[in-house]
Amino acid sequence: MRTLRVTIILAALFIGWEALVRLLGVPAHMLPPPSAVLAELLDQPQWYLMHTMSTLLTTLIGFGLALLVGVLAAIGIISSKWVENTLYTLLVSLNSIPKIALAPLFIIWLGTGLESKVAVSFLIAVFAIVIDAVLGLRSADPDALDLLRTLRGSRFQILFKVRFPNALPHIFSGMKVAVSLALVGAIAGEFVASQEGLGYVIVNAQSMFQTVRVFASIVLLGVTGTILFYLVDLAERLICPWHVSHRVEEARALSAQHG
Amino acid sequence: MSSQSGVPPGGAAVLIDAVEKTYASRRGNVTALCPIDLAIEPGEFVSVLGPSGCGKSTLLRCLAGLEHISAGSIQLGDQPIDGPPEGLGVVFQRDVLFDWRNVLDNVLLPVEVRRLPRADWEARARSLLDLLGLAAFADRHPWELSGGMRQRVSICRALLLEPTLLLMDEPFGALDAMTRDELNLELQRIWLANAKTIFFVTHSIPEAVFLGDRVVVMSPAPGRIAEIIPIALPRPRDLDVRETAEFGAIVRHIRQVFKDMGVMASARERITVGA
Ligand SMILES: Nc1ncnc2c1ncn2[C@@H]1O[C@H](COP(=O)(O)OP(=O)(O)OP(=O)(O)O)[C@@H](O)[C@H]1O
Ligand SMILES: [Mg+2]
Repeated sequence: MRTLRVTIILAALFIGWEALVRLLGVPAHMLPPPSAVLAELLDQPQWYLMHTMSTLLTTLIGFGLALLVGVLAAIGIISSKWVENTLYTLLVSLNSIPKIALAPLFIIWLGTGLESKVAVSFLIAVFAIVIDAVLGLRSADPDALDLLRTLRGSRFQILFKVRFPNALPHIFSGMKVAVSLALVGAIAGEFVASQEGLGYVIVNAQSMFQTVRVFASIVLLGVTGTILFYLVDLAERLICPWHVSHRVEEARALSAQHG
Repeated sequence: MSSQSGVPPGGAAVLIDAVEKTYASRRGNVTALCPIDLAIEPGEFVSVLGPSGCGKSTLLRCLAGLEHISAGSIQLGDQPIDGPPEGLGVVFQRDVLFDWRNVLDNVLLPVEVRRLPRADWEARARSLLDLLGLAAFADRHPWELSGGMRQRVSICRALLLEPTLLLMDEPFGALDAMTRDELNLELQRIWLANAKTIFFVTHSIPEAVFLGDRVVVMSPAPGRIAEIIPIALPRPRDLDVRETAEFGAIVRHIRQVFKDMGVMASARERITVGA
């Protein structure tokens, strides 16, 4: 239902764009019509696939590291006042720096390979994970913590039987933001210095006024970002089906089926 | 963190000696408990009655080793309480169920936390669920249950490891009168079958009298013990005991205690007067 509506809107947008470009006779190096973008993609699909995969790899590694490091940092932050005062404060001030400004530094430190792009991607994504994971770990029901204490549970058990499951829905909403940011970071890294990836294709095409290539890459970025977002969404549904937001949707879907 | 105080298998003896509890809050200190003295015999069933906010839950949390008491001491057997003791079962005022576990896994939580073999306890968990009328719901999730059903799951969980000290904070508050009667009988049976000390907070005078060896009546906040009423009715008690003159006289007496404290006069209080 929702997919159908989105398809209709997108189709209308493309048709309008195509019509406008043709009617006004806009030159292709300013704004190519969608048909030209599609033709460009179909002309060399292998080449575009290769660059998309390169960007995807950077994004996934950056995102994976952000998830791992972000959750571990959050556990440290809620477990120790000292870590909270040092690490959390540091993270907050670090986050106020536009991370893209650090990309050239990473190139100096790590070279122009995968590492520097992953570093930018990671750095942009990690903060969203930390913030939501800290919130989720902290918002455990005090009675539930007391229950574990009456059972003489260890700190470790309190963390993994109460705090962590309670935090999962929060962590997933952080992941949804982070996965898009990781993609932004990967592109930023590719802009600065790279021989592959969609970011590289865009910068390179722009310098040669191959506007149709820029648009083809943007379309691929949009598709990649959307797929990544819905993969996280799907993982959330599978891993925490108990969460209220899913229960409501599920109930609505079921009652729609019956009524 | 936890004390080493072992509880004798016949039920714990609890000695509450001049216990006071003051909560520090932003709007100043709140005195929840004035000095409380109470000696609970091993295996005794103590019912606690009192108006809302008088400190019943606070006293229960002190007994559970969850609160730092401001003055006085609590002894369990011959050990002072300094953390939740071994052999403790608690039914909290709010059922505390985990949405990510099904009913059976919620009941089995204590087994997991204590690292006992699950296989040895699953049968007992199922029979407790059966006992409380939840056998058909073992695989459901908490959000699929009614309030009363959820509270019964949390009772199963508290009973699972056969506690020697069972603290119950208004466990039957969310139940209809019929189920409540049934569970009163069941709780008495469980208690008679397996010696344990029970500290039972309730708002129902008849329930307190029906179940208790003694009824502790607390005054409005700050909480203090107004009167302790021994209930000499023979055991096992059946529901008909509530129709006897003796039972009626005790209930009337407790009602009078509340009236004298000015509790009954204000209809705001949640003390249930009728059966
Ligand atoms: N964590 C807390 N911080 C500050 N004050 C508290 C806290 N917990 C309880 N109190 C106060 O202590 C007093 C006793 O509370 P308590 O929960 O023990 O009452 P209660 O007798 O169990 O009431 P009810 O029958 O409504 O459950 C109340 O005045 C309450 O406001
Ligand atoms: Mg209470």
